Amino acid sequence: MQTFDLGGKGLRALHEELYALNGTTNSTAWEVVNTKGAHAIACGLDAPIEVTVRGSTGYYCGGMNQQATVIVDGSAGPGTGENMMSGKIIIEGDASQYLGATAHGGLIVVKGNASSRCGISMKGVNIVVQGNIGHMSGFMAQSGNVVVLGDAGEAMGDSCYEARFFVRGEVKSLGADCEKKEMRPEHIAFLEEILAEAGFDAKPEEFTRYGSARNLYNFDVDNAGDY
Amino acid sequence: MSDQKIPHTTPRMSATFTNDVNSDIRRAAATGIYDIRGGGAKRRVPNFDDLLFMGASISRYPLEGYREKCETSVTIGGLHAKNPIELDIPITIAGMSFGALSGPAKEALGRGASAAGTSTTTGDGGMTPEERGHSDKLVYQYLPSRYGMNPNDLRKADAIEIVVGQGAKPGGGGMLLGQKISDRVAEMRNLPKGIDQRSACRHPDWTGPDDLEIKILELREITSWKVPIYVKVAGARPYYDTTLAIKAGADAVVLDGMQGGTAATQDVFIEHVGQPTLAIIRPAVQALQDLGMHRKVQLILSGGIRSGADVAKAMALGADAVSIGTAAMIAIGDNDPKWEAEYNKLGTTAGAYDDWHEGQDPAGITTQDPELMKRFDPVEGGRRLRNYLKVMTLEAQTIARACGKNHLHNLEPEDLVALTMEAAAMAQVPLSGTDWYPGKPGTNF
Repeated sequence: MQTFDLGGKGLRALHEELYALNGTTNSTAWEVVNTKGAHAIACGLDAPIEVTVRGSTGYYCGGMNQQATVIVDGSAGPGTGENMMSGKIIIEGDASQYLGATAHGGLIVVKGNASSRCGISMKGVNIVVQGNIGHMSGFMAQSGNVVVLGDAGEAMGDSCYEARFFVRGEVKSLGADCEKKEMRPEHIAFLEEILAEAGFDAKPEEFTRYGSARNLYNFDVDNAGDY
Repeated sequence: MSDQKIPHTTPRMSATFTNDVNSDIRRAAATGIYDIRGGGAKRRVPNFDDLLFMGASISRYPLEGYREKCETSVTIGGLHAKNPIELDIPITIAGMSFGALSGPAKEALGRGASAAGTSTTTGDGGMTPEERGHSDKLVYQYLPSRYGMNPNDLRKADAIEIVVGQGAKPGGGGMLLGQKISDRVAEMRNLPKGIDQRSACRHPDWTGPDDLEIKILELREITSWKVPIYVKVAGARPYYDTTLAIKAGADAVVLDGMQGGTAATQDVFIEHVGQPTLAIIRPAVQALQDLGMHRKVQLILSGGIRSGADVAKAMALGADAVSIGTAAMIAIGDNDPKWEAEYNKLGTTAGAYDDWHEGQDPAGITTQDPELMKRFDPVEGGRRLRNYLKVMTLEAQTIARACGKNHLHNLEPEDLVALTMEAAAMAQVPLSGTDWYPGKPGTNF
């Protein structure tokens, strides 16, 4: 394992080293230490490597990630995994707001709770949260899945498009145009697979699915009050 | 009783309830939805036509046209970026989305801009291969919706423009109605086909200038500090917005007045929110000067720029470059009278057509309809845009030489006078025939 002293060498030096890696590298395991909550740690990676960040992170850790696995051994700041394309982010602690915002692909796993606007405008990512998620999660979420083993806050899935929400606990309230949906066999199968990948032990049958009622997809004056 | 007829008064139309207003009321009553259209503010606002250059005299001597050089180049983004953008002319092409415009129209913008030695800009729909391939210098917009945003395209860009606001709709997001969400547009935006798509008005993962600074850091890291990062703001509060953009670390500020166009937004938004382009320049320049950043952080002005005279006036007031959108569309064929019969069928006339969101553009530019798109030739469109950019540049040079300037950047407010009180106050140049403007320090009004 390569150990990188972020406090000593700085963010630019970290990324210069990590961006130089590609699929043929033998240096696949990295540990970043002395992070002091820095922003944008391990953003823009594009190689099948594993980067473990020791300590909590600031904004945008793992932003726009491709291929890499980023493990935050602490709690993660706002916008972690924003616009991620592929790969995996694992957060051992809690995640702040905007987790996985606009992310297109890959998997984000949170072992603690995720704050407000989890999965905002997401475009294909899968997010699995062992604890609870905050208010306005999945706002304008376009596609992908949010799986919550705990509870969801107010206005979940507000103005969402084709993203799906699976919540095991309570949902405080649903946002505009989000509704409870039937759990079909394909949803059970999906949950079995994603829970196994995330490493969580939970029964898919205990989850409820939510998604867009599709009433606001085309403007209708009779729905104006819902916007 | 006399059989003499009582004279009628002439039928009198209301100045308040005009035919235009009444038609708006009838349309609202019939449909129950606000009017959506493209373009910028159509109302008359104080603008560059209200300014004049004084030219040379005994106190200033001119440069010889065609013999003495008048430079037009501009470098954008040298403050932080390893690879600033070097443009031959200070007129760039503004962001217009693939989705709002057809693929061939985007290609034409790239062709024309490249031939003229300037940059073009993506829009709210991601980067298309046609556009990247035909644009020597391409600015990649980073918008609240993040449609099509990905790190690979980000790294292909020559600059990144973080869009905070747009002059046509400060505080509003984009709209792309169902008629234009074709298979390709839907795929690029990751949306269901045929829906009315409402782009977010706010970025999903940051709010405020302190967050923006961190966002800029992330984008710089991902692009290895190579390319300039612009911040585009609407002409809302130009002094403070410019100040905060600079504080956040922008290499350039793009400032868009209310005459600046949009693909589709509520008419009430376009006409009633924002400030005229003329009014926003001086406060933005003041902000740059107060921070010691004028000419270090570039100011790119947009919103209703039409001619070399407009370019010269914007630059005299302190802009480093300008950006054109609507004018570029007209140059490549939008609203061309040759399609008049078809505009009439749509209930409009050439020059007034602004229902771009409906996707029925007779000129084949603001559409995703394959048959209409065939009417538009991107090579010819590119040639027309190049010609237009060249003419604008020649016009601006003509004025600059007449003012004795060997570079467009040397134009200055002291070269200008205003024709109206409003323009004098906004541009902070003297009312013609006086040495005074409203608000001039040390004077009473």
